Amino acid sequence: MNTPLSHYLVLSALLFCVGFAGAVARRSAILVLIGIELMLNAANLNFIAFWRYGDNPQALTGVMFVLFSIAIAAAEAAVGLALVIAIYRQRKTTRLDAMDSLKG
Amino acid sequence: MPNEIAFYPLAALTVALAVAAMSLRHLVHCALCAAAAFAGLAVVYLQLDAEFVGFAQLLVYVGAIAILIVFAVLLTRGDEVRPGGGHSSRAWMAGVVIAALLLAGIAMPILASPSLDRRAPPAAAAPVKRIGEELMTHYVLPLEMVGVLLTAALLGAVVIALREEPEAKTQSSPPGPKRAEPREAMSL
Repeated sequence: MNTPLSHYLVLSALLFCVGFAGAVARRSAILVLIGIELMLNAANLNFIAFWRYGDNPQALTGVMFVLFSIAIAAAEAAVGLALVIAIYRQRKTTRLDAMDSLKG
Repeated sequence: MPNEIAFYPLAALTVALAVAAMSLRHLVHCALCAAAAFAGLAVVYLQLDAEFVGFAQLLVYVGAIAILIVFAVLLTRGDEVRPGGGHSSRAWMAGVVIAALLLAGIAMPILASPSLDRRAPPAAAAPVKRIGEELMTHYVLPLEMVGVLLTAALLGAVVIALREEPEAKTQSSPPGPKRAEPREAMSL
């Protein structure tokens, strides 16, 4: 394991920014959800990298946090996609710029 | 060591797949690229000696969330971008610029910091047995909370996706049970 910790952190930052760019730039609600999942994954990678390179890897704290975070992400994706499908039934679109009923 | 040689191609592949997932036109291609990017991240976890998290990532993200996304894409068919219409929002350039600035703002301090340039300590075993023991002793309350949360999310997702108009019950009933399956697998 000669890869320095900073390279893992840079990989995580790259993934986060790619997910962020997708989440703010795309029109499809499903793609925005994928972008949010990518950002969550980048955070998880940070947890694992800090756990592995930390001074006390026996504590397993990072691993536990990531396990719970994966569970939360699963719940979030399920509810988010259900919302997308419910909106699609109502409006026949998943494009975010078409969902503007509250627009004045 | 093959470990450190493999890191850079793997990282490049994962980032490339993530970029493809966020920039391709066709939604199904995006979903498949995202699934592959999640799998690449699972391999990075394996490389970092977090075997259990790596396999959990494979099961949950590639096995469940990617399938869920593909289901959602296929159930919302007929919503493709018409020729001439953009697949990005109007101010997408501003979003990309902000993301690039964010990347610079995060990556430059990381690469400049001497304390983050450390190498890994030799052995950091996280055997499944110890993870199980910790989950059942120290983390038993969060574990129960996650169980409650997943049950609530399962019920909520079914309730949200199952609402149908009384006159349209015949053609809109198949999506309900179909969408419930992957979520059941997820909560197990």
